Amino acid sequence: MLALALPALLVILLLIVLPVGWLAWQSVYHDGFTLENYRRIWSEDIYWRSFALTFQISLLVTLLALLLGYPIAYAASVAPKRWGIVILALVVLPFWTSVLVRAYAWLALLQRTGVINQVLRQLGVIDEPLALVHNTFGTVVATLHILLPFMVLPLYATMQQIPRDLMQAGASLGAGPMLAFWRIFLPLSLPGVLAGSTLVFVLTLGFYITPELLGGGRTIMISMLVSRNVELYDQWGAASAVGVVLLVAVGLIFFAVSRFIPLDRVLGQK
Amino acid sequence: MTMSRPYRIALIVICALVLLYLILPILIIAPMSFSAARFLTFPPPSLSLRWYQEYVGNPAWMQATRVTLTVAVLTVIIATPLGVAAAYAISQSKWRIMRLIHMTLLLPLVVPIIITAVGIFFVFAKVGLVATMTGLVLANVMLGLPYVVISVAAGLQSFDATQEMVARSLGMNRLRSFFVVTLPQIKASVIAGGIFAFISAMDETIVALFISGGQYQPLTKRMFTALRDEIDPTIAAISTLMTAVSFILVLIATSRSKKGA
Repeated sequence: MLALALPALLVILLLIVLPVGWLAWQSVYHDGFTLENYRRIWSEDIYWRSFALTFQISLLVTLLALLLGYPIAYAASVAPKRWGIVILALVVLPFWTSVLVRAYAWLALLQRTGVINQVLRQLGVIDEPLALVHNTFGTVVATLHILLPFMVLPLYATMQQIPRDLMQAGASLGAGPMLAFWRIFLPLSLPGVLAGSTLVFVLTLGFYITPELLGGGRTIMISMLVSRNVELYDQWGAASAVGVVLLVAVGLIFFAVSRFIPLDRVLGQK
Repeated sequence: MTMSRPYRIALIVICALVLLYLILPILIIAPMSFSAARFLTFPPPSLSLRWYQEYVGNPAWMQATRVTLTVAVLTVIIATPLGVAAAYAISQSKWRIMRLIHMTLLLPLVVPIIITAVGIFFVFAKVGLVATMTGLVLANVMLGLPYVVISVAAGLQSFDATQEMVARSLGMNRLRSFFVVTLPQIKASVIAGGIFAFISAMDETIVALFISGGQYQPLTKRMFTALRDEIDPTIAAISTLMTAVSFILVLIATSRSKKGA
């Protein structure tokens, strides 16, 4: 049986485990062992600011995704079956559109001469175009758009399994719909909240395309630190060290979450 | 479920707005791609196929399209059997190490893609695989494997393994019993896994940014570099075509899996 799994395992070992291991090695080895790269991350302002910004954006995107995703998942799980399918189909639809295509669409929508600014100007709401893109706002709008389905799907999967009888039981004991929701439905949906939030948070931490295209060079997230150190400054050691810190952060989050819910449940949604 | 009227209306309104946000980009891409205007104006002043002609008439875009399609097809051809074999091994074996192997096979989904990209670049630079077709395909096989494994493992979960034992007790060897008994029943999830690997290879951008070059640059890499400079409407045409291809493939994958396992 092991032999059957071996070819796939070999591909993964050679093309992701080895490269990432090499990267980790490179971050501490340069003509001998050195922690210089990590010291730089620790002491240089640009790294700090970028890490802080990335965590802020990840937190914001996760919260917004939860805020927008929860009602959608809830509606899909309580609506008549046909409507539930329509809602889910609309959620999954953008899922299968290339991330690059969606970044392009958001550029077209949000830029100074973009669709939204034009419509608002024609309606006379604004005189000057709003700066909706090439900043953190544009990055958040597009990132949230790409990651929202990763929130809705685990939420929906969890809500689906909540027995409806429980709500009726609550109602028969005198709970109004709001109380029954708060005391019964919401707590039972928390595993889905945790799974979705983990996915969205971790994925935002490593996001590259949308901050690069919609951030306008001002919203520098961790991934961009990695690529800039490689492409612009030829600083492989520094790029590796940033990569390792990001990887460790992601690993720790997954490890912490796995103590509450099995990891395959988090990843299975992807 | 009991929900009073104002709550229900509020929920419907919120959902409609969020769903609009989700599908808005797809709604505007297609009309923009048929616009005759050089710059973005909305609504488009008049319709034309100008940007599609621009795309088809441009040798660089055409070459990139060929690279993308070749990479995606080769990725499916290589990743699907590897993934099926691994998923089968994982589902059949009770060995504890198989769980570890399973997790390892899902690593490409967990490791932030930028780290994967830079790491692969290091290794490929050492062995001379940067800017080659082989390198591009290998990287995409690795990235596509988890989709095949997840899809096929799910298919095997609802498959009754004793059927294969029966076939073997009747004298078939292990290989033959797999192809005659098991494979036809998990066909749908195998096809779905392959399609997801294809879409993943077609959409992959970040690894390609680092390891592709010269004549072997996929569409996404050229689109990305073009988007950094200016918003060229040709990209709207390409985006519309890419979206259409993905959607058709997903429709095939999901309609298949409903019929089968």
